[in-house]
Amino acid sequence: MTFTYKTLAMSVTAVAAMGLAGLAQAEYPEEDITYIIPFDPGGESDVTARFQEPILEEVLGVSVNVTHRPGGGGAVAWSEFQNSAEPDGYEIIGVNIPHIIGQPIQRNDAGYETDNWRIVTFFHSTPNALIVSDDSPYDTLEDLVEDAKENPEAITLGGSGTYSANHLDMLRFEKEAGIDLTYIPFSGTGPLKGALEGGHVAGIFNYTMLGTEMADSVKVLAVAAEERVKALPDAPTFKEQGYDIVGGAYRGVAVPKGTPEDVVATLEDAFAEANRQITEKQEPLGFVMEYITGDEIDEVMAMLVEAYGPILEEAE
Amino acid sequence: MEMLLEALTALLTFESILTVLVGVSAGLFIGAMPGLTATMALAMLLPFTFSMEALQGLIALGAVYMGSIYGGAFTAILINTPGTPSSIATTFDGYPMARQGRAYEALAAATIASVVGGIVGVIFLLILAPPLARLAVAFGPSEMFWVAMLGLTLVASLSSDSLLKGLLGGCIGILLSTIGVSPVGGESRFTFGYPPLQGGIELIVALIGLFVIPELLTMAAEGRGALPGGSELRKKEVSIAKIAKHIFSKPANLIRSCLIGQVIAIIPGAGGNVTSLVAYNEARRFSKDPKSFGKGNVDGVVASESSNNVMVAGSMVPLLTLGIPGAPPDAIILGVLLMHGLRPGLDLFTQSGVLTNGFILSMGLAALMLLPVGLLGGRLIHRVVIRTPYYFLVPSIAMVTILGTFALRNSMLDVGIMLILGTAGYFLRLIGIQAAPIVLGLILGGIAEQGYVQTLMAAVVDPIPWLRLVSNPLSMVLAGLVVLGAATALVPMWLARKGLLDKVEEDSGGSS
Repeated sequence: MTFTYKTLAMSVTAVAAMGLAGLAQAEYPEEDITYIIPFDPGGESDVTARFQEPILEEVLGVSVNVTHRPGGGGAVAWSEFQNSAEPDGYEIIGVNIPHIIGQPIQRNDAGYETDNWRIVTFFHSTPNALIVSDDSPYDTLEDLVEDAKENPEAITLGGSGTYSANHLDMLRFEKEAGIDLTYIPFSGTGPLKGALEGGHVAGIFNYTMLGTEMADSVKVLAVAAEERVKALPDAPTFKEQGYDIVGGAYRGVAVPKGTPEDVVATLEDAFAEANRQITEKQEPLGFVMEYITGDEIDEVMAMLVEAYGPILEEAE
Repeated sequence: MEMLLEALTALLTFESILTVLVGVSAGLFIGAMPGLTATMALAMLLPFTFSMEALQGLIALGAVYMGSIYGGAFTAILINTPGTPSSIATTFDGYPMARQGRAYEALAAATIASVVGGIVGVIFLLILAPPLARLAVAFGPSEMFWVAMLGLTLVASLSSDSLLKGLLGGCIGILLSTIGVSPVGGESRFTFGYPPLQGGIELIVALIGLFVIPELLTMAAEGRGALPGGSELRKKEVSIAKIAKHIFSKPANLIRSCLIGQVIAIIPGAGGNVTSLVAYNEARRFSKDPKSFGKGNVDGVVASESSNNVMVAGSMVPLLTLGIPGAPPDAIILGVLLMHGLRPGLDLFTQSGVLTNGFILSMGLAALMLLPVGLLGGRLIHRVVIRTPYYFLVPSIAMVTILGTFALRNSMLDVGIMLILGTAGYFLRLIGIQAAPIVLGLILGGIAEQGYVQTLMAAVVDPIPWLRLVSNPLSMVLAGLVVLGAATALVPMWLARKGLLDKVEEDSGGSS
């Protein structure tokens, strides 16, 4: 009995292995895809993945299972992925800039490297924004800069996390404007709202989404984008006001190094299609849709590593 | 009001009512098992709620919570072992009553008191939570620091036998809270070069480990579970009407116990064990016949059981408004809220008001259902509990526990952490360090650290930075309450010295 089962199992496995090897190149995808989100449910990464899921399934013709593997600001999932994921395109993971740039510099034990994978695409970005409450004495960025020059370190700005996109661009702003501010890290955007409404900080350096969410009770002094964000047409950019700061968080998806090119291409197309279909939902929230693929990824990464790297090294 | 009606409609569906009924019954069953706490019941239920809608999941948790806190009274009365820590004070008079053949009277009194307490708690939550939610933004970094400190003062009252051991437990918890990426600053700490530890110790993993595993080990080691069936229910019947009349004709005890329950419930970190002890103590103090307490006075049972069921809904005031668990089981409810993308605060009462109100009302429904479920099913459940052999009980609970821990973050590391903490917790318990202060430290350590560091960072230009901690009226009031809290923590200690808590010490192995 045992013998028969064993033989049967072995031959089935062998046939399956051969079959898969033969077909993988030709007809990716054949089986369900696991889409790992390295953060808690409910955050921007998760919400976006939930939007993408049905469209990806439709385009790819297989199930896409969104799973969560939170911890260490994403590092737990990223180190696990770089160490154990198979380069076959059936395991994909959400990646975020500047997290994947900052953490390996900041921590000795992040457990992963910034470029030890193949990034398929960055599908959107969320520019930073400097936001103060309606009753704030600052009506323009200039008001804030002048006050900061007179009272160095007295202005407190809340943001999400330490050496996050928020923090790093605030540090760049300090350098550009030649001022000293005080950055207070909070855990996520939830507490930031309370901190601003309760008057516990003078302002917040967070993403454009918070500016649109709190539109009724805040003034957005500046947005760190190339041009004005559609959801906040009245908010000027830093560039307009003479500070060369363009930055924020970029969200994308990666597969392990060595994944076949056609698999990457299939995923690129699927995510681009998903982007087109969810633009209507995400743009009003303050997201900026991106279609960064191939060589552009290296350009964007190089640009941001150059912008943030020195600040991070300095902090180290 | 509109939201309340809408929530009521959402609640009055067959599915929801069935969920409440099943939840209350399951909670009652688990709570009635010595050692299976309300926290544990909720932790075990957790994976099942993943697949449910947010409201159904919360309704199920609320019902199990309500049922298990009440169920703890069964074993407290029948075999002098509090089924959950909240029923510690119920043993003082409930067991003597059972020995006098008045077990049914005690059970009925506990049931009526629990129903009233549960409903009063829900009313308090409906009235108090919305205004408090508006106040929630007043709690900035310095206030949160003091709130966390306030919770930490309760370590003293949670450690019934030795303050030193309680404080030691609290420190272990605070140390555990520092593992992983720091809340402010972002450095990874105590990972010992092992990247997965950057994720830190998830609260629920620690809860499951520290509460469930030691109990299982104890059950296995002692081979108990087959409880002595010595004091069976005797049919010396007193009608329920008569018992109800006795309770409601002198409502002072009930009202006082409910108020005490609510006040203590709002203070983050104080669980049902503290409320029931304080309520019992006050009932005794105000009684015309304090000497009859401890010898089978039904008022003692009423005080303990009403106050601990007020706590169920009452402790959710800080949870729903500030995101701070008012009692250990609430931490699990917080986890479920966050899992569904619901952040505690004003939004819970406005944007997701229907959901929140539905959840609150469902706890009222659960309290009402205690009456039929408790009175009719109680005796049956009692027999089942007593006759379930430990060699079935222990492995089944162990399996559910491991599955639940893994499901939380899809992490085998979490299962490992849970088992390590559980084993450590077992030995710590053997030397008298209970899980409750450890968990309290784990919950509040991070909150206190973040509040303190944020406050001092903002005060970088001040000449004396730490004065920022008491720079506004609210933080001053909170700081005052911390001092007061430390003082009130000494009440149970004083009780212990008077010899009133002897029973607690005897039973502490089976409660925690």
